[in-house]
Order: sequence, then C-alpha cells, then structure tokens
Amino acid sequence: MLTLYDARFASRLLLGTAQYPSPDTLKRAVEAARAEIVTVSVRRESARARTGQGFWQLIEQLGCRVLPNTAGCRTAKEAVSTARMARELFGTPWIKLEVIANDDTLQPDLFSLVEAANILCAEGFEVLPYTTEDLSAAERLVAAGCTVLMPWAAPIGSARGLINKTGLKTLRAYFPGVTLIVDAGIGAPSHAAEVMELGYDAVLLNTAVAKAGDPVTMAQAFARAIEAGRFAFEAGLIEPSDMATPSTPVAGTPFKIDSVS
Amino acid sequence: MQILLNGERIVTRARDLDELCASLGFAGARIATAVNGNFVAAGRRAKTKLTPADAIEIVAPRQGG
Repeated sequence: MLTLYDARFASRLLLGTAQYPSPDTLKRAVEAARAEIVTVSVRRESARARTGQGFWQLIEQLGCRVLPNTAGCRTAKEAVSTARMARELFGTPWIKLEVIANDDTLQPDLFSLVEAANILCAEGFEVLPYTTEDLSAAERLVAAGCTVLMPWAAPIGSARGLINKTGLKTLRAYFPGVTLIVDAGIGAPSHAAEVMELGYDAVLLNTAVAKAGDPVTMAQAFARAIEAGRFAFEAGLIEPSDMATPSTPVAGTPFKIDSVS
Repeated sequence: MQILLNGERIVTRARDLDELCASLGFAGARIATAVNGNFVAAGRRAKTKLTPADAIEIVAPRQGG
C-alpha cells in the first residue's frame, strides 16, 4: 500500500488532469489507470466563463482524492498564498508544493521550496514537495516536516525519463523511511517501471498519458508498468554482471571431453 | 473605485471583498480569494474592506499536473 501522511492507497499511480483532448477522455483515463489520486490546480476564475465550477463537477464525478498544486509560483510567498487558497478551495491539507526557478527547465527553486515548506508544515499542511534529487535540499524538506518527497526524473513534460538514475538511487537509499514519488519527466511506461524497480513508492505523471495518441490505453499501460515495477522491486532483482553466466547446467553437457592433464 | 481584479483594471462600487464576489455572481461558487498577494478566507471577506488600487485574486479549481 502507498502511504501519504495518514492515508493509504492501493494504486501507486498519481495522475494529472491537464492537457487531455476532452473531459470524457480524462475521466476514462483516470478509470483505466485505476488512479485514486489526481492532481489539480488553482487558477483565476472569470465571472463570465466560470470554467472552474464546471471542472469541479467533473472532479467530483471521478471520486478520487485531489492533490492541489502550486504550479507556476515563482516565490515562496506566492506558493504559500496559493497553498492557503487551495486548502480552502479543495478542503484538503495536501499540497503539491512547486516553486519554479526558471521557465526553460521548470526546475524547482530549492531555496524557496524549503522556505515555503517550513511555513506550510508549521501551519498543518501535509506538504508533497516537487524537488530534485539533491540530498541537502531533501534533508531540509524532511526537517521541515515533509514525510513525502517528489523528485523529478527530468524536466516537466520533457518525456526524457530518468536522466540521473544514480541520484535517484542514492536518494532512495538515503531516505528509506520517506515516501518517494517520482514527479515529472516520465515519457514511457518503461520509465515508470524503472522508477518502481528502484524502490520508489509511486509515480506522478500527466503529459505522457494526456498527450498520447490514445490516452485511455496509455493510462492502462502505465498502471500495469508501475505494478510490474513494484512487483519486481519486492521480488528482488538480480545483480547485473559484465560477463555471461550459463543458465543451463554445465555438468552433463554431451560431447564435452574433460581436459586431462 | 478602481481595483485590479485577476490582473485587469475594473471599476467597482463594492465596499468589501464579499460584496465584490457577490456583484460578480460568485455567491455560493467554489472560489478562493486573495488581496494584495495575501489569502483571505471566505469567512473574512465581509470584513476585508477594499481600497483603491487593491489587487484582488479570485480563483477556482482547474486542471493541473
């Protein structure tokens, strides 16, 4: 089971709700993924269009727990105010805390991230910070009160997969008791399986499903890959080696003449 | 008075944040608010007086990754 603060979930796939070709496709993708948690955002509401009110009805139909984000925030102050608005809007203490450093990479601003995490944890938020694999930032986030960390695999929407696998492995080894979720940069189900084989607790993704040719089938593919990767981790992977090792018994091989000295 | 609502200049007769939300048709809607960068809880909107050039944010749920 996946544990996020005091809540437990059977699914280890957290799914974003943006960029789908239609609301119906989003709904069917969430169902196909068997996702129990979906990410949402907070955006300006037009008095005329009232877009958010319609979207909220769709989210309620999904029956999932929502994880609001602070996407687009560039300072700790913006992120803290957005988190407070999200808590009232969605009625949850959860916040996917994002503070972005620059528009090209959408890399987390780790200094502002830690600053905001300290404030929000002290206010009773259950913070899920979008971070990098940097160990010193992770230590400060855990010290702030985060029991979940969400390092990127690669820049958001890049579909590059695990660009620093060693860093992610080190983070897993360094924080055995912290719930670790890879968030961002996943492009293929094989990337998600690789994350899970490292012993990560879950994967959060959006673009790879929403922008796929068939988002519903891709959601199912990711769900199965994540399940397969988790099974593999629990079963214990064998160690790779540079040289071959025969799998068929060597003893009793016909036509073989033992060398005689 | 002139204020900034969601980044756009508007003229309003509303005296407080609650009146502003109601005048825009947001009574009972799922929204959250901030004034000059600071969150204002629903229960405090009526007590939050507006002053000229205030920057108001009215937000709602939206798709997110």
